Amino acid sequence: MVSGAGASHIGSALSVIDIVSVLYSRVANVGPDRASDPDRDIILISKGHSASGIYAVLGNAGYFPLEWLDRYCVDGAPLGGHVTAHGIPGVEFSTGALGHALPYGAGIAIASKRDGNARRVFVVLSDGECQEGSNWEAAMLAAQHRLGNLTAIIDRNRLQILANTEEISSLEPFADKWVAFGWEVVEVDGHDHDALEAAIGGEHDRPRVVIANTTKGKGVDFMENSVPWHTNTPNAEQAADAIAQLEALREAVTR
Amino acid sequence: MRDAFMAALTEQAQQDSRVNLIIADIGFKVVDDFVAKMPDQFLNVGIAEQTMIGVAAGMASLGKRPIAYSLGNFPTIRCLEQIRNDLCYHDLDVTVVSVGAGLAYGTLGYTHHAVEDIALMRALPNMKVYSPADALECRAVVELLPTTPGPKYIRLGKNKEPRIHEVQPDLSTGAPVLVRDGSDVTLIVVGPIVTQAIEAADALAKQGVSVRLLTCPVIKPLNIAAIRDAAAGTVGIVTLEEHTLMGGFGSAVLEALAVNGWRIPVLPLALNDAAAATVGGQEYLREHNGLATDSVIARIADFTASV
Repeated sequence: MVSGAGASHIGSALSVIDIVSVLYSRVANVGPDRASDPDRDIILISKGHSASGIYAVLGNAGYFPLEWLDRYCVDGAPLGGHVTAHGIPGVEFSTGALGHALPYGAGIAIASKRDGNARRVFVVLSDGECQEGSNWEAAMLAAQHRLGNLTAIIDRNRLQILANTEEISSLEPFADKWVAFGWEVVEVDGHDHDALEAAIGGEHDRPRVVIANTTKGKGVDFMENSVPWHTNTPNAEQAADAIAQLEALREAVTR
Repeated sequence: MRDAFMAALTEQAQQDSRVNLIIADIGFKVVDDFVAKMPDQFLNVGIAEQTMIGVAAGMASLGKRPIAYSLGNFPTIRCLEQIRNDLCYHDLDVTVVSVGAGLAYGTLGYTHHAVEDIALMRALPNMKVYSPADALECRAVVELLPTTPGPKYIRLGKNKEPRIHEVQPDLSTGAPVLVRDGSDVTLIVVGPIVTQAIEAADALAKQGVSVRLLTCPVIKPLNIAAIRDAAAGTVGIVTLEEHTLMGGFGSAVLEALAVNGWRIPVLPLALNDAAAATVGGQEYLREHNGLATDSVIARIADFTASV
């Protein structure tokens, strides 16, 4: 998919894919048969660059034909390099520029409360993205309005484009920051599906942030925790190697 | 104009619970009546314009009709990417409102002037742009909102602008609105600077130049055919706006005439391409930024004589 496209963000896709998979399949009240149900939960992918991972989850969940994945980033094809709601079932909001989905999600959460609608809003953010100030504006507002229907899940893979987040503009103490902003904070292994389900699901009367500790490039040894693999695109040989590693992991899990 | 806007909006919100007024902590006393009548349709997000637009977009995605209201350039430039990506890309029904656009907040300085907003908003896909000249035009613009889907931008004056129309104009076609007829040259104005245009037209009449004066509160979509027709029989069109020349109303008229191949002489009068560093009120800053009334009169007279 990404090898043929010459466009990637594969490291980000592999770090977030467990979070997104759990969200769509085990936590949120969503599904391909409910894409236009007015009472469905709303999932927002703020880190729009992880599109390849999101689309893999949506395609496998039946939101659109799996063949679409083979034409990722092809001229005129449905799926492009950043998540878009334009013509893609299952995507609620087009992103790509960072720091947009948390304010948008707060708006949905406020409107839902005003309407007495029980829908929940889940916003998936990257950790580096939290350097965008708009997130903290929205964080303050969400706490002010005690938006218990809003949950943010942060893909804490610790790497941004050029280096570790802590070397660029440090996020730590990350959990403390969210606590100080009035949010309920849960930290979890971002690749443990049961732990993710427990952390993301459940009731809360304040906005909750789940800091999901992840590994960028998870499951592929030469991509894991590697700065260049934020932007690198695997060639055919690397893609075959990566797929073999991921298949082996899947077999180990399902055996 | 500000009070006229808020009164018209309050009436609309009473009839339509989807209307939600969202502010970024602007509007001391101005929003009180709205809040008293409809507290559940009001939200102050704090001094956070990016979040104001993001929240408005999220609410609009559920079928609300948010009005995002702030001052000067704050509701446009501070949150330009949210307007572009969240509103325009998704074609969401949110109305962005700037009170005191142009040089209305003169002495507060350049940081509070909105003189590039028409250009920026006009360039965005799906966006509609309105600049009423008086309270009646303002009410007419507010009445367009329910039947105009998608993102919209309203550039308001401040307050207590003189009324220039006798009756509320019909803006449904976007055609310019006649203020007074004339036969030599057509002057089309956006916004409260129309008062200066009236002054200029009076002075020009004394010099024997008959000015046909119109306002054009609907800047996008621009009804260029109606503008062409409005200028029929005169030597050409002068545009006047309290906005920088680049990308403003005059620029829009020139682009649309050129695209249609309509060769009508145009003189676009606008502010200088400069950040006003002088301290002064609205009138004073106009004078210091290319729109002194004497200079406007002279340039219109020269244009009329030379084309």
